[in-house]
Amino acid sequence: MNPALQGLLTIIIGVSGCIAYFYFSNQFLDKVLCPPRGKNAGRNINRANLIRPWLFLMPALLALGLYLAYPVVETLRLSLTNRITLPDGTTAYTWAGLDNYKQMANEPKFWEALRNNALWLLFVPAIATAFGLLAAQLTDRIKWGNIAKSLIFMPMAISFVGAAVIFKLVYDTRPIDQDQIGVLNAIYLTLGGTEPKTWLTIPLWNSFFLMAVLVWIQTGFAMVILSAALRGIPEETIEAAIIDGANPFQVFFKIKMPQIKNTIMVVWTTITIVVLKVFDIVFAMTNGQWETQVLANYMFDKLFRANDWGVGSASAMVIMLLVTPILVWNVRNARKEMQ
Amino acid sequence: MDNIAGSKSSLTWAVHISVAALVLLWVFPTFGLLVSSFRTSDQIATSGWWKAMFPSEQNLVLRANAPEMQEQIGDLYVIEGELFDPDIEVEISVYGVSSQEISAFTAGQAGVLRNGGTITVSPTGQYRLTNTEPFSGSRGQRIFVTATTPPEFTLENYQNVLFDPDNREGMAKAFFNTLTVTIPATIIPILIAAFAAYALAWMEFPGRALLIAVVVGLLVVPLQLALIPLLKLHNEIGIGKGYLGAWMAHTGFGLPLAIYLLRNYMVGLPREIIENARVDGASEFQIFVKIILPLSFPALASFAIFQFLWTWNDLLVALVFLIDSTGETTVMTKQIVELLGTRGGNWEILATSAFVSISVPLLVFFAMQKYLVRGLLAGSVK
Repeated sequence: MNPALQGLLTIIIGVSGCIAYFYFSNQFLDKVLCPPRGKNAGRNINRANLIRPWLFLMPALLALGLYLAYPVVETLRLSLTNRITLPDGTTAYTWAGLDNYKQMANEPKFWEALRNNALWLLFVPAIATAFGLLAAQLTDRIKWGNIAKSLIFMPMAISFVGAAVIFKLVYDTRPIDQDQIGVLNAIYLTLGGTEPKTWLTIPLWNSFFLMAVLVWIQTGFAMVILSAALRGIPEETIEAAIIDGANPFQVFFKIKMPQIKNTIMVVWTTITIVVLKVFDIVFAMTNGQWETQVLANYMFDKLFRANDWGVGSASAMVIMLLVTPILVWNVRNARKEMQ
Repeated sequence: MDNIAGSKSSLTWAVHISVAALVLLWVFPTFGLLVSSFRTSDQIATSGWWKAMFPSEQNLVLRANAPEMQEQIGDLYVIEGELFDPDIEVEISVYGVSSQEISAFTAGQAGVLRNGGTITVSPTGQYRLTNTEPFSGSRGQRIFVTATTPPEFTLENYQNVLFDPDNREGMAKAFFNTLTVTIPATIIPILIAAFAAYALAWMEFPGRALLIAVVVGLLVVPLQLALIPLLKLHNEIGIGKGYLGAWMAHTGFGLPLAIYLLRNYMVGLPREIIENARVDGASEFQIFVKIILPLSFPALASFAIFQFLWTWNDLLVALVFLIDSTGETTVMTKQIVELLGTRGGNWEILATSAFVSISVPLLVFFAMQKYLVRGLLAGSVK
């Protein structure tokens, strides 16, 4: 069947299926199971109200459970097993204890990925948040600020793969006797560089060139959120500071910053999560060569090139472990807010 | 606000200049790719795209008309013509007739041909070859010119990438595949999430707080954890790799954000509306469909944009759940990664393909930015 037609059919079946489920399950509850009339009317209404939320929640809970909660447990289990192909062609899973983790710890590529992830974690959220804060503060003060914001925010809509192509062109290298077509080399040579560099093959530096791509994408996000937070600051506090003779820098660092501290934390952690999952940029630009490996790409390598599900799952668990503190922090914040 | 203390004008200028610099820095890379996608492969390979915006000096090899076009005027044999289309404004500085001496003569002045005879090339590209003997041979005289030509752009790359049916690396199929993945994967989670969000926002039941906490937790669970178990699951229940698997995966992965965003929005709706409707005897289902859904439109739109951008731009889910070994279901991001690997030097194809893929999200972005920003704020500043 034509995929487009299949897609259309899926929309129709999916949407009408959802509507039908919600409509008929509610009808069933009200008309058959617990009709709000007769001598048990009161009890039935209470019962219906007890059951109804779960009718509304059921499809979402099923999907969440199957696609997010179950995989966490299953990945943990798989990371402790080895997948082997039996002589008759079927696969079996044997208990391996911590062998996969030990094997992973013996691979230099894993430590390289971990080191690079640490660098990404250290620099990308910090730089993106700083740029975002700068952009938010500056654009709030000028008339064409909204246009500027919209342009800085734009990379948010561009895919990581598209951004990889954009920056590959920026980093492009031509032999010295030809015109450079990459901006970075052109600038480097104009500023007195002796020969063009292949930026993405210089170990350690190349990780920073990859990070620049993510900073470029995430700064707009940080700016939008922080700009809203800046505007939410009560004006009296700023007026009072100005009357007391504070200069614009003091106003910014001593009055505004402390008041948006929580928002900065939210932005920081959100970008941190993105960083931990970063895959496309590395996959498309270097594929982990020249010491640019990161955990997510390492995992993909194990999974689809080495076909090693055990170590692949173990590295996924490492990513999960790194995410967990933020997960706990988010949940605690959400609970605090609801009380 | 900042003018209360009469902020200094030098500082204002500094602000304007810094913002301009920041914006330039942010737009410059994308703009480079856009410009490159309108240049021919020769142009891209020989000069930086930033030079394409201005008239540039180039060394070109051109040919005069063939000897069969010669005319006899008096006792001279003459070949005349134009090196460039008369509509193009060119300025030739020097020219030559052999590859060793491409700048032998100044434009406008006469030069000497190797087999005797003279040549004159004017700065605007008219040439005149004269000789007392007839010109022989089948091909015209080669003329090497150093000329300043105006910027030149072409739509050929787009023609090639989008509409050429023989181009196996074309984006047309991948474009439709991407669309096929994206639309169901955007619509289905909205509906499922809306019902769940309503229950979490406006119905009282034990365990509600816990469920909300779970949703918040699942928001940050990395996609990477789901890859192996779900691939295994899809293989076991017989879906294998294909659209159905990709739609389901995108639905599952999009749900936490959808529920979270919609719940946050719905909680803020005025309580009286809902309670009045309940008093009037409306069922929960009616309240949801007739009141909550229409009122929640901004939040629904926000999530729809997020999910659309995310599924359109996604590579990982497509690689794992969608694209099988036949490659029939390939999506644009995957095509571009392939091109980066195999045709890393063919910038005209790469730039154009990338721009085809980027253009749709950019359109959505600029058209619906308001909702996107609103959604971001609802999702993060809490």
